[in-house]
Amino acid sequence: MTRLHLAVALDGTGWHPASWREPGARPAEILTARYWADLVTEAERGLLDFVTFEDTLGLQTSAFHLPDDRTDHVRGRLDAVLLAAALAPLTSHIGLVPTTNVTHTEPFHLAVGIASLDHASRGRAGWRPQITSRAADAAHFGRRTTPQLTPEDVLDSELIAARLRELFGEAGEVVEVVRRLWDSWEDDAEIRDAPTGRFIDRDKVHHIDFEGRHFRVRGPSITPRPPQGQPVVAVLAHASTPYELAAAGADVVIITPQSRADAVTRLGGFGRARQRSGRPAGERIKAFADLVVLLDAEPGRAAERKRRLDEVDGSVFGSDAAVFTGTPGELADLLLEWQEAGLDGFRLRPGVLPHDLAAITGGLVPELRRRRAFRTAYEADTLRGLLGLPRPANRHTRAGSTGPAR
Amino acid sequence: MKQIHLAAQLPGVQNTVIWSDPRAGSQIAFDSFARLARTAERGRFDFFFLSEGLRLREHKGRVHDLDVVGRPESLTVLSALSAVTTHLGLAATVNSTFNEPYEVARRLATLDHLSRGRAGWNVVTSHDAFTGENFRRGGFLDEADRYTRAAEFLQATRVLWDSWRPGDFRADAASGEFIGAGAGGFEHRGRHFDISGRFSTPPGPQGHPVIIQAGDSAEGREFAASDADVVFSRHGDLAGGRAFYRDVKRRLARYGRTHEDLKIIPSVSYVLGDTAAEAAEHAAETARAQVGPQTALMLLEAAWGRDLSGYDPDGPLPDVDPLPDGVTEGHTQFRKGREETVRRWRRIAQARGLSIRGLVTEVTARPTFVGTPRQVADAMNEFVQTDAADGFILAPHLVPDGLDDLVDQVVPLLQEMGVHRTEYTGGTLRDHLGLRPHRSTAAGHDGTAGRTEKEAS
Repeated sequence: MTRLHLAVALDGTGWHPASWREPGARPAEILTARYWADLVTEAERGLLDFVTFEDTLGLQTSAFHLPDDRTDHVRGRLDAVLLAAALAPLTSHIGLVPTTNVTHTEPFHLAVGIASLDHASRGRAGWRPQITSRAADAAHFGRRTTPQLTPEDVLDSELIAARLRELFGEAGEVVEVVRRLWDSWEDDAEIRDAPTGRFIDRDKVHHIDFEGRHFRVRGPSITPRPPQGQPVVAVLAHASTPYELAAAGADVVIITPQSRADAVTRLGGFGRARQRSGRPAGERIKAFADLVVLLDAEPGRAAERKRRLDEVDGSVFGSDAAVFTGTPGELADLLLEWQEAGLDGFRLRPGVLPHDLAAITGGLVPELRRRRAFRTAYEADTLRGLLGLPRPANRHTRAGSTGPAR
Repeated sequence: MKQIHLAAQLPGVQNTVIWSDPRAGSQIAFDSFARLARTAERGRFDFFFLSEGLRLREHKGRVHDLDVVGRPESLTVLSALSAVTTHLGLAATVNSTFNEPYEVARRLATLDHLSRGRAGWNVVTSHDAFTGENFRRGGFLDEADRYTRAAEFLQATRVLWDSWRPGDFRADAASGEFIGAGAGGFEHRGRHFDISGRFSTPPGPQGHPVIIQAGDSAEGREFAASDADVVFSRHGDLAGGRAFYRDVKRRLARYGRTHEDLKIIPSVSYVLGDTAAEAAEHAAETARAQVGPQTALMLLEAAWGRDLSGYDPDGPLPDVDPLPDGVTEGHTQFRKGREETVRRWRRIAQARGLSIRGLVTEVTARPTFVGTPRQVADAMNEFVQTDAADGFILAPHLVPDGLDDLVDQVVPLLQEMGVHRTEYTGGTLRDHLGLRPHRSTAAGHDGTAGRTEKEAS
């Protein structure tokens, strides 16, 4: 049996909006390093592939497209790249994948930030680029406007994606620029040649001279090529336009199927985007599915817990991903069944932290191991290694270019 | 007796790092940063500092290759260092020209949370279209606007840090209130920034991270007096240091601030020996290693603005005139008055009979304490006690072990003299620097110590 890859998506006190009011929750600590260190070391104890950290430029909101004035949900968060960096020295194997905005943030800053995370973690960095269409986020910068979505747009993922096509196109350029900046230093550019006084071989440090529809970036990066060469790029994609972004630029695509059949459909849609992208077939893209999970050992208990949390919150919690309630054994059944649709792994979003994370590491993982579907030890030190992705050759080395940097 | 504030910098880019030394380690591996930071913390330093450069310097149209090139992003590294240190302040240069206040405010607030109150920010500006080529918005800023934008940038950042009032972050499960109504709401309307909305990150333990400034122009001094907590000065001799110190501290009063509100910390280096003669010999060796023949010619070309590759580094200065446009991009030192620089260098070389390499060694050397540990400790203390500075930022020649000798041999002497702490007495960088809690920009905020109140007491 092919082993599954498993990631967890960490956010606040968990994905259920009432999670922060649970007795085991630590809502007052979500801005402390210790809180996140406890969660990530637990995930590493479970030998998971990676953790992701959510982020948004604005304050969290309940609606996709608008800010809200709610005071009864988790609000306030840390910059995800810096949070991931603070956890790097406290862990040794697990991948650290922060989410960043790509609509307002400078691609150059993103490239050196993720490269630096890869240096600090010795090759465990990933990156989840995410667009923001919220007009409120644009007002935080005051430089540009983004399309104002309507409630009708938000109901249909294809409709939103069409409205945001321009922003996704720009995001594609950001990913491309970031990848070129990571390659702008060849791996052996640092030579320390004392007789000639040269610290680097300048022929191995390249201007990228990127010129797209939306911006230009000259390069090279200020940061030498990161340990993985290219940190792992993961794109969460719900519809055809984001599939194109993932197909063109990602190492991992994360989809949100509602059922096994839906997983087949969505992977088909992604596969077509993949073919249209013209990207070499040899470049593997790992397919993950997102699931919100509430897990309890006793049958029926998790569903009951969700009902109770819904009641506290005053509404029935749903998400862009399917919401699973059940036992670790039942979840293992579902993951293995969906895997057959062609998935490489899952990113699980714990409904309540730390409860559902502990149920993943202490319940689901042993269950999958019993079925020989999950690792029993870390078999690599880098995130690429864990995911079975090769370390890519530098595009300049690949092209055999040893000419001058200009 | 005044206490000496000590900070450490991991050097790179300038030719001060001796990377050819067999003991020299990686300039990019996290272990190097962790090693140097832990040494600084062992010496009970106030903070660890990382500089920034957003474009690789170029010389004669090609990437500069003689000095250390390539560094990680400072705030990312400092966040990682927050996990392997407990008290040491963590400060970085972040450019106000190629960033936006919202992002800088949230990143610094994040570092302040992750480090439990140890974040510092060196606010710098750039006018530089060369650097701008790496950014969407390009080199858009007129030089005249540098400080107005920097001042407004900082002002906007303070508005963001103050957008959460004390008690707005509640996380109160019993009442069901996670935040106070309207928490994080902000608006700043100005010439450079017109922004409003909700700020995503409640302020860290320090409220406002420590603000550092490094400019030496009249505008820079005024900016420091009005807004900075720390100034990195460039005056490493006693007389120059005292004049600068007097001038900047004198400016504080007009902003309702006292002498204690601003610490002046020149960037210095040091060379130790068992005897004065040995130290002098080590200093000469260090200078020779820092300015190799290729580096000497490169810096001369940077000043002259032309190709001088035919000249002998050990021979006399060229008699050709400098060109106005230059062959070097990303150096700031020759931005103004290339001809004036060349005239001054010629005077120095002639007066002292220096070769090209000798001159470059002379003019690029940073202020350095040379002597036995006792002599260096005494010199540092004299500097501080006579108000030429409040402390020093030390840039060692070797990465990552270059600070060990100072921490092992000089710091204990300063501690014996009672001018440097033996243990940290506070948890935050503001505590280490003896600074008051942050100033709030918003009127009517409770719980923040406004400076006017404090002055009245």
